[in-house]
Amino acid sequence: MTVDPAPSRPERRTTGGWNWLLVVPLIGTLIPAFYNKADPRLFGIPFFYWYQLLWIPIAVSTTLVVFRATRGGGR
Amino acid sequence: MSVKWVELTVLLILFTLVTVLGFVASRWRRTASLEHLDEWGLGGRNFGSWITWFLIGGDLYTAYTFVAVPALIYGAGAAGFFAVPYTIVVYPIVFLVAPRLWSVSHRHGYVTPADFVRGRHGSPSLALVIAITGIIATMPYIALQLVGIQAVLKATGIGGEWPIVIAFAVLAAYTYQSGLRAPALIAFVKDSLIYLVVIAAIIYVPIKLHGWGKIFAAADTKFAASKGLGDGTLLASSQQLGYSTLALGSALALFLYPHSVTGVLAARNRSVIKRNMAALPAYSLVLGLIALLGYAAIAAGIKPIVTNGKADANTVIPLLYDSLFPSWFAGIAFAAIAIGALVPAAIMSIAAANLFTRNIYKEYLRRDASPADEARVSKLASLVVKAGAVVVILLLDPQFSIDLQLIGGVIILQTLPAMVLGLYTRWFHRWALLAGWLVGMLAGIWMLWLTPAVNVGTGQRIRPHWGGAQFALSHWGFDTRVTIYAGIVAVVLNLLVAAILTPFFRGSPAGEDATREDDYHADAGAAGVKPLPAEAGIG
Repeated sequence: MTVDPAPSRPERRTTGGWNWLLVVPLIGTLIPAFYNKADPRLFGIPFFYWYQLLWIPIAVSTTLVVFRATRGGGR
Repeated sequence: MSVKWVELTVLLILFTLVTVLGFVASRWRRTASLEHLDEWGLGGRNFGSWITWFLIGGDLYTAYTFVAVPALIYGAGAAGFFAVPYTIVVYPIVFLVAPRLWSVSHRHGYVTPADFVRGRHGSPSLALVIAITGIIATMPYIALQLVGIQAVLKATGIGGEWPIVIAFAVLAAYTYQSGLRAPALIAFVKDSLIYLVVIAAIIYVPIKLHGWGKIFAAADTKFAASKGLGDGTLLASSQQLGYSTLALGSALALFLYPHSVTGVLAARNRSVIKRNMAALPAYSLVLGLIALLGYAAIAAGIKPIVTNGKADANTVIPLLYDSLFPSWFAGIAFAAIAIGALVPAAIMSIAAANLFTRNIYKEYLRRDASPADEARVSKLASLVVKAGAVVVILLLDPQFSIDLQLIGGVIILQTLPAMVLGLYTRWFHRWALLAGWLVGMLAGIWMLWLTPAVNVGTGQRIRPHWGGAQFALSHWGFDTRVTIYAGIVAVVLNLLVAAILTPFFRGSPAGEDATREDDYHADAGAAGVKPLPAEAGIG
């Protein structure tokens, strides 16, 4: 990894609302009524399972977006 | 059953390899003497993104997780899949909180969560309570790692207790010698092995068992034949609240554990932590896929090993590997699980030892302890902690450790107001936080005590108490089967008490705050934060 070009500069305090994006995976995964069903299946796996697994890459993306958008100094 | 020599040989070779790594680690990335808690207990506070990823991944996704979650799916079905939403939602939450803890800890030299509580709330008593809670919650967690190793040994046909004693003695020796660097280095091996065996299984197992459709059909057949109501490949409607509150509560608890905090504080800067919160879910994917192997075990007709009349469900994953894969590959899978137990056990014992040293020894026994004294006491305490875990496992029923770990999750949650809210606000009075903690602890333990153990297959009551963390709402007079995670209820009570009592304590002096607002944003290189070493190696 590379060291941030201006490590001594504090991060931006106001995040411009980007942090709200972090709530999205919580809503997507913590309400079982959304996904507690067998169909549609994927490769024979019931919806309940692949739907929740699908949220792993979505959560990674939202966290990455917030990370990139809110860090100070560099990009 | 007879000893499986091929599996055992592979297991021993890999175990020897990590033992060597564990001792060599004391010289790895070393910039100063190990006689300082920052070095022994936090690996120099200088781990980059990759090392942190392996370290925290190896720390949080324990051997017990990798055998117990599929075992839960094998026994109960969908309810066991809570581990996936749990390990999804934890990272966005920690993404917000952990960098603040990192910053303030680096500026003030905090090593443990209780150090922060002491500085922020100006209350050694509150810090003591947080430290003791952390130690109590961590001890059974270490003991559970032994349960993971036991499951593997049973599957190789090795009975008796001496192999576990030897494994832990070796672990204790290199942790004493190398501190946090040992599990950090071993985590590379552990995680590579885990990824290897999981990817192999996820490709090969469905082919061998004629596809996921067949596997789920077999599971449906099994659950339909059982009389219990708590099993099935989907959740019963009464299980949904319990499922989501358990996932959320476990996520909130995870980074309150001292060993998680140790992993976070060992990072080099804030970006390392944030980047890791985006990258760590890769392990959740592995966990989710391993969880599904619980169904594969049903379809493959795996039956858990029975010892002394008790079936040990934790053996189903080792047995699944043994029945579907060649012996040498099953050996690698066994090694992955066994080594997977050593990494978290080492980090947990270091974290518990640091708590003892910083918040009990230095605070109450020897205030003038030098950094070298601290390191020495921590090293000895880590030996005591591990010896304690072995004794607990040998003398008591393993079920006792599992029960204790369940309680551990509920009680560690009670440190949330002082810790997490403390990172944002000083509105709460220290004594109100103490009262909230007490109420949360009592309520949580009371709810767990009231919960009977029920066999999900037959619906029969096994034990009247400590049977799980799902508290039945019927205790409150609701005419329903709905349950809720006891930890969430307890922490809500805790917060309410802390909030309601705070205004009443305003008359008595608030603790002195050793921290300032900009402490919570300081990054490596900022004033008062240890500067980045010129060329600290690869990240």
